[in-house]
Amino acid sequence: MMSEGCSFMKGMFLGGIFCLVMSLFGTFSPGPQGDGHLHHHLKPVSKDELQKLSEAQMYDLTQQVRVYCVIMVTPKLLVYWATANDTWSKHCDKSVFYTSESSKALEALDLQEDDEWARLRKAITHAYENAGDLRWFFVARPTTFAIIENLKYLVLEKDPSQPFYIGRTEKSGELEYVEYDGGIVLSYEAMKRLVEIFKDEEKCPARGHALWKMSEEKQLATCLKYSGVFAENGEDAQGKSLFNKKSVTSMISDSMGKNPNDVVESCCSDLAITFGGMPAGQMQVMMYGVYRLRPYGHDFHDSLTFLPPKDSDND
Amino acid sequence: MKALGARSAFYVGFLVGTCSLYLFLSQVGLSRNLGSHGPEPHAKTVEEMIEEESKNWKKERSALFNLNHPHHTGEDGILADDLYKRVRVLCWVMTGPSNLEKKARHVKATWSRHCNIVVFVSSVDDPDFPTVGLNTKEGRDQLYWKTIRAFHYVMEKHGDEADWFLKADDDTYVIVDNLRWILANHSPEDPIYFGRRFKPYVKQGYMSGGAGYVLSREALRRFVEGFSKKVCTHTSSVEDLAMGQCMEKVGVLAGDSRDTIQRETFHPFVPDSHLAGTFPKTFWYWNYCYYPIVQGPQCCSDLAVSFHYVDASKMYLLEYYTYHLRAFGYEYRYQPPEPHIPQDKAPVPDNMEVGDLGQNQAVEKKEEENKSPEQNEKL
Repeated sequence: MMSEGCSFMKGMFLGGIFCLVMSLFGTFSPGPQGDGHLHHHLKPVSKDELQKLSEAQMYDLTQQVRVYCVIMVTPKLLVYWATANDTWSKHCDKSVFYTSESSKALEALDLQEDDEWARLRKAITHAYENAGDLRWFFVARPTTFAIIENLKYLVLEKDPSQPFYIGRTEKSGELEYVEYDGGIVLSYEAMKRLVEIFKDEEKCPARGHALWKMSEEKQLATCLKYSGVFAENGEDAQGKSLFNKKSVTSMISDSMGKNPNDVVESCCSDLAITFGGMPAGQMQVMMYGVYRLRPYGHDFHDSLTFLPPKDSDND
Repeated sequence: MKALGARSAFYVGFLVGTCSLYLFLSQVGLSRNLGSHGPEPHAKTVEEMIEEESKNWKKERSALFNLNHPHHTGEDGILADDLYKRVRVLCWVMTGPSNLEKKARHVKATWSRHCNIVVFVSSVDDPDFPTVGLNTKEGRDQLYWKTIRAFHYVMEKHGDEADWFLKADDDTYVIVDNLRWILANHSPEDPIYFGRRFKPYVKQGYMSGGAGYVLSREALRRFVEGFSKKVCTHTSSVEDLAMGQCMEKVGVLAGDSRDTIQRETFHPFVPDSHLAGTFPKTFWYWNYCYYPIVQGPQCCSDLAVSFHYVDASKMYLLEYYTYHLRAFGYEYRYQPPEPHIPQDKAPVPDNMEVGDLGQNQAVEKKEEENKSPEQNEKL
């Protein structure tokens, strides 16, 4: 009786150890990490590094980092569509609105497709084929507000012929994906691999899995994973997330609750790239707040210069 | 028999151990996500906050003296620091006991940190906040009494310690750096005051109370003198209008606070309202503004000074937009000129350092400049 009890205890103990060991192995999961960037966090180049560059190099970098904005709209989102058209999308080097069905009010590329995943595939394929010499792609819905200059700063010295898939990362089981509402950044190489794997019906089915419908963001992540491209979380030098799926007012509200003595500092990054779920009026205020409103006498001397877009009066 | 029993007990135990620990771990959430959203920002404790406050503020005579106005990491604040020394602004904020926690607290945590001196004016003395109680009651009908008493109070207690005296509500957000940019073009010895200029009832116009207004030291002196000589009295409880009538009587000029391309800087509403451009045609506002109303993006200067009806969360939002969030490397369309400092007849303030560049400039300019206050009205 005693020896059985002892054996049972020994067995349980060893079982526990076994489980721990297995899960640890699970954490360090092997497999292609995508050509050299094993980390899951991505930060912009440091100020010191930037200052080492010559003016000519700086100018070259500014000219090279150009963004193609893929904005996925529907007539239901007409107000947001109009606002995105009028505000942040003007700061993209090229912005194309891809819609499910055409609207008389605004211009867009009509994909004539109801299924969201199918639409996204078509848009990505179209963007890749029409990229010209643009090497960075930003995919978002018009309910997200983006500060493209800060996106450019994030990817400034990164090589777009390497696969990059950046945004606000989240985990679902084993899958690490970028949240759609925070905007998705893809390098030229990542787009290339995506377009390639779209052809593989098994790994990256066009109509999604029959059994259960995954959201487009997860389907995208899965397809990318099969191509050896992994999600990375964009953050600033202090580790604050640059991509946000919540609106700025929502984040301030949260901060007032969590850090009432230090609301603004603990809230959001100075160089935030996106805020999601922003109502149209708030987007206009954000345009003013980002591109115009400032305190006289405070300068940042950023080593780069991004010029304002032509034909615009709200920035 | 026994050995078999022991062995199976071992296997069962092994299974049980594995399963229970697996369940335990998945409950605890072996989440690799723990690192991916950056470190949890260290929530400031009350003790830390009090300690930091004592480094930044000196509480004295129910006022907060700014020892260390906020500087942002990575910024070059040379111009702002220079103006801070040169253009000393005392901010007094109209509040009340029931609003200290709801509103005034957020003013204290945000924009008022950029004033040289801050006084919170209430009906009740509160040495902790601190607020000054001025022998009034609360309510809309007390607004002008509070204003009269507040200006008298700051004149008496702080008249020598500031050049300009700003009145704001506890739901006004003020960007003091931009206020200094405007005021630096004028002398505190000029009888002049600035704000959002309204046109009805007063010939030279008067300044909207909610958007905040600022008096030069000379204007304040004349206001107080006006009351002692009974030239000005408590004519009505409509604080801003009554103020404007008194100002006109004592010869204080209603200044033009617009920026160098005629965009308004003081705003009677939140930015959303001005930017959206949707005031109904029958709204009183249309008949009140002294200068032509512009709706949409050109409503508001890049160097805006104030907004009104700003609730707590919007205070923090405006602070974030003004002092924190920016587009990296963006070349602003509007490049404001440096203010041109007028010749100053007043003695140099005590807190200006010897060898201060600005002071040298002022001395050099003394010979050249001899503009009258009226000519200095527009920037």
